[in-house]
Amino acid sequence: MQATRLKAAVAVAAAAAMVAGAAGCAQSDRDKDSGGAKTGGTFIFAGAGDPKNFDPIFNDDGESLRVIRQVYETLVTHKPGTAEVTGGLAESWEHDSTGKVWTFHLRKGVKFQDGTAFNAAAVCFNFDRWYNMKGSAAQSQMIYYTDVFGGFAKNEAETAGKSIYEKCEAKDDATAVLTLNTYKGAFPGAFALTSLSIASPEALKKYDADKVVQNGDSFEYSAFANEHPVGTGPFTFGGWDKAKGEITLNRYADYWGEKAKVDKTIIKIIKDETTRKQELRAGTVQGIDFPAPADQKALAGEGFQVLPRPAFNILYLGINEKNPKLKDLRVRQAIAYALNRQQLVQTKGPAGASVADQFAPNTVLGYAPDVQKYDYNPEKAKQLLAEAGAQNLTLNFYFPPDVTRPYMPNPQEIANVLSNDLQAVGIKVNAVPRPWNGGFKDDVQQFGKQDLHILGWTGDYNDPSNFTGTFFGRAKVEFGTQGMTEMFDAISKADATVDDAAKKAAWEQVNRDLMSKWLPAVPIWNAPPAIVVTKDVKGLVPSPLTAEEFNTVTVG
Amino acid sequence: MLRVIVRRLLQMAVTLIALSALIFIWLRNLPGGPIDALLGERATPERRALLTKALGYDQPILVQYGKFMQRLVTGDFGNSIRTGEPVTAVIGRAFPATVELAVAALIIAVGLGIPLGYLAARHRGRILDNLSITATLVGISIPIFFLGYLLKDVFTQGIHWFPPSGRITTGLDNTEVTGFFVLDGLLTREFDASADALWHLILPAVTLATIPLAVIVRITRASVLDVLNEDYVRTAEAKGLRHRIIRGRHVLRNALLPVVTTIGLQTGSLLAGAVLTEKVYNWGGLGTLITDSISGGRDYPVLQAVILLAALVFVVVNLLVDLSYAIIDPRVRVR
Repeated sequence: MQATRLKAAVAVAAAAAMVAGAAGCAQSDRDKDSGGAKTGGTFIFAGAGDPKNFDPIFNDDGESLRVIRQVYETLVTHKPGTAEVTGGLAESWEHDSTGKVWTFHLRKGVKFQDGTAFNAAAVCFNFDRWYNMKGSAAQSQMIYYTDVFGGFAKNEAETAGKSIYEKCEAKDDATAVLTLNTYKGAFPGAFALTSLSIASPEALKKYDADKVVQNGDSFEYSAFANEHPVGTGPFTFGGWDKAKGEITLNRYADYWGEKAKVDKTIIKIIKDETTRKQELRAGTVQGIDFPAPADQKALAGEGFQVLPRPAFNILYLGINEKNPKLKDLRVRQAIAYALNRQQLVQTKGPAGASVADQFAPNTVLGYAPDVQKYDYNPEKAKQLLAEAGAQNLTLNFYFPPDVTRPYMPNPQEIANVLSNDLQAVGIKVNAVPRPWNGGFKDDVQQFGKQDLHILGWTGDYNDPSNFTGTFFGRAKVEFGTQGMTEMFDAISKADATVDDAAKKAAWEQVNRDLMSKWLPAVPIWNAPPAIVVTKDVKGLVPSPLTAEEFNTVTVG
Repeated sequence: MLRVIVRRLLQMAVTLIALSALIFIWLRNLPGGPIDALLGERATPERRALLTKALGYDQPILVQYGKFMQRLVTGDFGNSIRTGEPVTAVIGRAFPATVELAVAALIIAVGLGIPLGYLAARHRGRILDNLSITATLVGISIPIFFLGYLLKDVFTQGIHWFPPSGRITTGLDNTEVTGFFVLDGLLTREFDASADALWHLILPAVTLATIPLAVIVRITRASVLDVLNEDYVRTAEAKGLRHRIIRGRHVLRNALLPVVTTIGLQTGSLLAGAVLTEKVYNWGGLGTLITDSISGGRDYPVLQAVILLAALVFVVVNLLVDLSYAIIDPRVRVR
């Protein structure tokens, strides 16, 4: 009431200030039917940053993908609330005995938002487009594509690998056959990557989607990427009003699946975390992401729904074997035994966090319950250090104090606790806080200056290659693992195993060996990031991959 | 006068060119950069190499600067590394937001500051004077971000008198013409949008006005006190001139010169981007652009354009202030 009165007073003041001659000299383009204020059918969610653009293939960041996954869909998707793959635009799929030929049986009656038909030809058009993409500007931005397919028809980078993509054929409207030149374990999970969403071929051509132009030291994207993204998803792209920081998504009336329950979803970009919370409390937004662990209890107490996502990430303490002392497995094991990870989880972890006993969460194929555990045992740690002759060990511990990550909400505090644990067993720790950009990443991943560091990962798709394979599948300066061919070979072999049961067994063995024989790092925790919505929001299913879809949401 | 303006404009051009070189080289020698920011956890040596080549960072710095200047003379500031949008469009959108906020803050600061300073001087040593000195001390001392969060906490959380952030209610269908939301509502007869924008403007403007207001009160007070002790004021009083004429013609006019200088300097600072206030209120102006361009991934093209624009605004405002001296006090000659 007070606010309304104040607004009325302000309105009077504005009217009084109006210069009669000036008023009305520009045309209003307001939609007369929409009224002035938000309707009951609008879900407003606070985004934490600007998206880059809306062409899926050129994006890998959370803020862009949040919008993209409302507009587009993938061949394979995840069952709501889980990391388990299920049919998306493809109702089912199978591969041949070599694992190189994948046949997708496509959903019928699906239309792109521009009215054109979704079919096998459209699927192949997208695969061909990615493979044939030209120019270093465009190729450099196709992060997930290169992760999965390795390279292009013509690589712009000399160091790029050979593409595993061979061809895609439309057998009929509802059957697309993808042929690879080698089996890759990442599939079918990787087909669910939002970056590999299927876009309308007509719109891609009409709006010159492949045109990524380098201008000075930056890239300019197409009208497709910026203004006219077209997919098959439950929302159409309504526009990005950059002056207001709002992205509008409108209900797609002809969506084949569960139609959006709200008329509109607005992503309101609010970069400051405190302001996001204030907007939530003021009722001006109905959802925020990644609240700080320390705020979650308070928000729940105030009546907000704090929805933890199933954990699909890992925080680890990396050990750099470039340091000769750390080459000794006993010293690395001593470090693992010295850490009181259970206490760390209880005191510094977000709600629902748990100690990680290996490098992939238990929802990922190949999780082995019987890996060697390192329960807190400082005496054992001291004994191992003594056996290794490393009683007077001094280690440089690098951490980034200036960032938060879903798996690492409070790096400074985590580093403090871990350092104290190590000091307690006689290891002298030099804490080296370095800024994330322009310090930590360079020192740790390029130059390997550290002895220890904390870092982590949020999974992109459900396959061990996306966790264990990413960390330890090849030589990395981060861990000083340059000579560990046995580890690389074992991971490559597991990744190349086609038979499902054999693949599972191979990855389980990799995980066992990682924890007992190689131990290039110590897994710390799996931390479920939360999403918070107001009381009146129903139907939002938290996704372990932070891939929530808003078509199921109702407000009020 | 014309010669002065031409000379000052030439000086300005040299200053901006030197500044552009300084910023260009300085930014590119900072540790970190867009490569890390763009690639995040997914940085591999191959990806770094490809992106470095694609962005042209593998070329010598002087070659990069030469290309930058080549584009600059055609009015091309490049594109945002983050979004690929032309920098001119990014700044064209942010500048009206900053101007709108700065103008509102200036109206508050000048509208209250000069009368308060004058009254404090006229009632020197009395309660009004002491109150104004204390209040301005608080105004100057209080950190802006703290005041911003405090005002937000009081007026947007407990009592919902004002919105916590932004320039207009989310989802409000308003027509944008000039980018000044209050003005756009008036121009298009969308008065509810104008009122809404004004409603959003009040708290940020009050926050931003605090320091200029305090400074203007203090300068006005000191300047008026000086003038009140001048012989010509005493003479005017002795002649029996009416107080209103003495105040208007002799005291205020003569006291205004340092006040105008102060207002000019404050205007320059406000237009150059109120970084903290904009950040606290999620105000999409130049201040937010600066912080985003640094923390959001070293967006060099945007950052260097904003810094150059800020410098340009500062220099132009100071030139205008200098020129205004001649109007306020004809005895002053601008050289």
